[in-house]
Amino acid sequence: MSDRLSRAWGILALPLISIILSIIVGSLVIIASEWLVAGELKPGLALDAYSALVSGSVGSFRAIVNTLTNSMPLMLGGLAVGLAFKAGLFNIGAQGQFLMGALGSVIVGVQLRESPVIIAVPLALGAGMLAGAAWGFIPGFLKAVSGAHEVVTTIMLNFVAIAILAAAVSGPLNVIGSQSPTTLPVGNAALPVILGRNGTIAIIYAPLMAVLYGWLLFRTTRGFEIRIAGASPDAARYAGMSPKRLIIWTMSVSGMLAGMAGATDLLGATHQMTTTYGTTVGFDSIAVALLGRTSPLGIVLAALLFGAMRTGAGAMQIQAGVPAELVGVLQATILFFLVASPVVKRIFRLKGARTGLEETTTFTSTYGGEATIR
Amino acid sequence: MDQFLYGLPLIGLVFELIGYLIAILPDIAPIVVKASVPIGFAALCGVMCERSGVVNIGIEGTMLVAAFVGWTAGVYLVPVLGSEVWPIFGATPSLVVALLCAVLAGVVVSFVHAWLSISVKADQIISGTIINIAAFGITGYLISLLSKGSPAGAGQFHAWTPPTELTDLPVVGWIFETILAQGPLTIGLFVIVIAFQIALFRTRWGLRSRAVGEHPRAAETVGIDVIRLRYRNVMAGGVLAGLGGAFLSMEATAVFQQGMTAGRGFIGLAAMIVGRWTPLGAFGAALLFASSVGISQSILILPPSGQLGDMLAKLPPQFFDALPYLITIIILAGVVGRSIPPAADGQPYEREAAT
Repeated sequence: MSDRLSRAWGILALPLISIILSIIVGSLVIIASEWLVAGELKPGLALDAYSALVSGSVGSFRAIVNTLTNSMPLMLGGLAVGLAFKAGLFNIGAQGQFLMGALGSVIVGVQLRESPVIIAVPLALGAGMLAGAAWGFIPGFLKAVSGAHEVVTTIMLNFVAIAILAAAVSGPLNVIGSQSPTTLPVGNAALPVILGRNGTIAIIYAPLMAVLYGWLLFRTTRGFEIRIAGASPDAARYAGMSPKRLIIWTMSVSGMLAGMAGATDLLGATHQMTTTYGTTVGFDSIAVALLGRTSPLGIVLAALLFGAMRTGAGAMQIQAGVPAELVGVLQATILFFLVASPVVKRIFRLKGARTGLEETTTFTSTYGGEATIR
Repeated sequence: MDQFLYGLPLIGLVFELIGYLIAILPDIAPIVVKASVPIGFAALCGVMCERSGVVNIGIEGTMLVAAFVGWTAGVYLVPVLGSEVWPIFGATPSLVVALLCAVLAGVVVSFVHAWLSISVKADQIISGTIINIAAFGITGYLISLLSKGSPAGAGQFHAWTPPTELTDLPVVGWIFETILAQGPLTIGLFVIVIAFQIALFRTRWGLRSRAVGEHPRAAETVGIDVIRLRYRNVMAGGVLAGLGGAFLSMEATAVFQQGMTAGRGFIGLAAMIVGRWTPLGAFGAALLFASSVGISQSILILPPSGQLGDMLAKLPPQFFDALPYLITIIILAGVVGRSIPPAADGQPYEREAAT
């Protein structure tokens, strides 16, 4: 029993310490910046801000539903980035795949806005997943064929996606006569609400995808191959696996999950698209995957945490007068302490703690020199 | 033969396009140069870091912090140092000190990246990603606190007026006008590019930096302190990114806006790749990418006539936004002219244990 407990502590120690440290840093930032800008030293302000953040995210039934709704795209995005991490690939392109997924779902959703829900929703969601998969396939294919590093190609594709989205919304998808370019609402293709005012079916299928993710990685041959390839590409090759096919497959599935995240946001929350459509979900997904250390349960919990922070940010700004952007500061500090974990471990004397990002040492080591995938 | 004939109208179009570009060049050149400055500084920062073996995708965030610190320092410095205008570049004491603050901010952020990637040996791409997320968060947080009082910054640098003997020269006058009728950071960039190119390929420091980026073990064997050189170069890269950020909030405009780097740090990375990790090449690519912006603007204002005009009018304007990224992907994939990063790029260096 104590063995299991110490194992659990080994996994949880660093994320928990990072979160606690970031809360401390966050309160220092709140107090110091208030002092610098307004000239008053108000130590209680941090407490006010955090209590508003908590009550705004989990303080009422409506707040909890909002938190769940906001967490689902993050969860799917986190799974997307996490899957790539497992294979030793860094998918910074989740943002672009997210946007293409949203675009795919709005194109089909607008077409099917008057069709029966049972047809419109699956097709629109599927179109988003397909568009995301296609956008993930490109960097996977390029890496397999020419060795072009996925970090650079996915960053470039993020910007191409922004341009395509803007061109599509201001061009063929634009509603004639509208003030600024915007698409029609998706109508019946909107995700059905099953909980409270805006809790959509994403609350069911996103955690289901996390279960599938765990099953894929730990119960199937393909998952085994992914984990071997991530831990040791050479071992994978000697065992007769095809790294090229694995890279293409993983990037496509990762893109599909990110595309699903985009479709979920569009069909579940915004329902239509403007040229400036875009959230930071794609980038926050990287944070979610890192904090969740690529494990299915970890990603679910990390997504809920970040979703709650996003949801409570508005209340914090209104009630305590602390800008909502503080959430970004908190997220970044959590990540900072996670990445600096060797130092954190030494300071807090955590011998048994696992950093959980051991496999991530592989992607920058493949960055330099002439890359060839055999 | 048939195929050749098919190609003919296309060749005609290409000539029309080249003719159009030459005709509009003097008009768009100043716009292009201005647009290329932040991209160029970002690309030089990338060259500086990656040549010595540290991948830096946090340039975007570094520039954003520098832009913010430069502008904010101006807000606080004007009441202290005053704004007596000096005869050159419209510089004031507060503006100059604010510029130094921006550069210092760039160095500090780069130091964090250097510490995480060189000493902690964290994954360098994750470290860069965190810097971007943190920079966006902290500047966004602070600017929305600061802008409650809607303060004025220290203003901005003005363009220099070069002597008319140079700019009135026939044929080449506009080139002088383009390069010299600019603010200090733009003119500075041209000087830095050339100095950096010479330093990297003709000096001892340059040779050592390149050695550390290609084969650190061998460099250490001949007595080069790999860790120290990497730290120094990454922080020097911070100076360059800081200048790029300062350009945005102190020369191109006089304000700071949330997320004002708008992806320029990433285009800088692209320019570095297309320019094959050399300062001159990277700046050339930055100019090329910036001209994509210039061309899209000039097509709106002064569209070319005939068939070419019809074709360009059909393209969505966003095509020109996406063009630099598409070019980079094509070059990375090795379709045209392969571009290969330094061999030890991205690998943390472990000293061999003394036994």
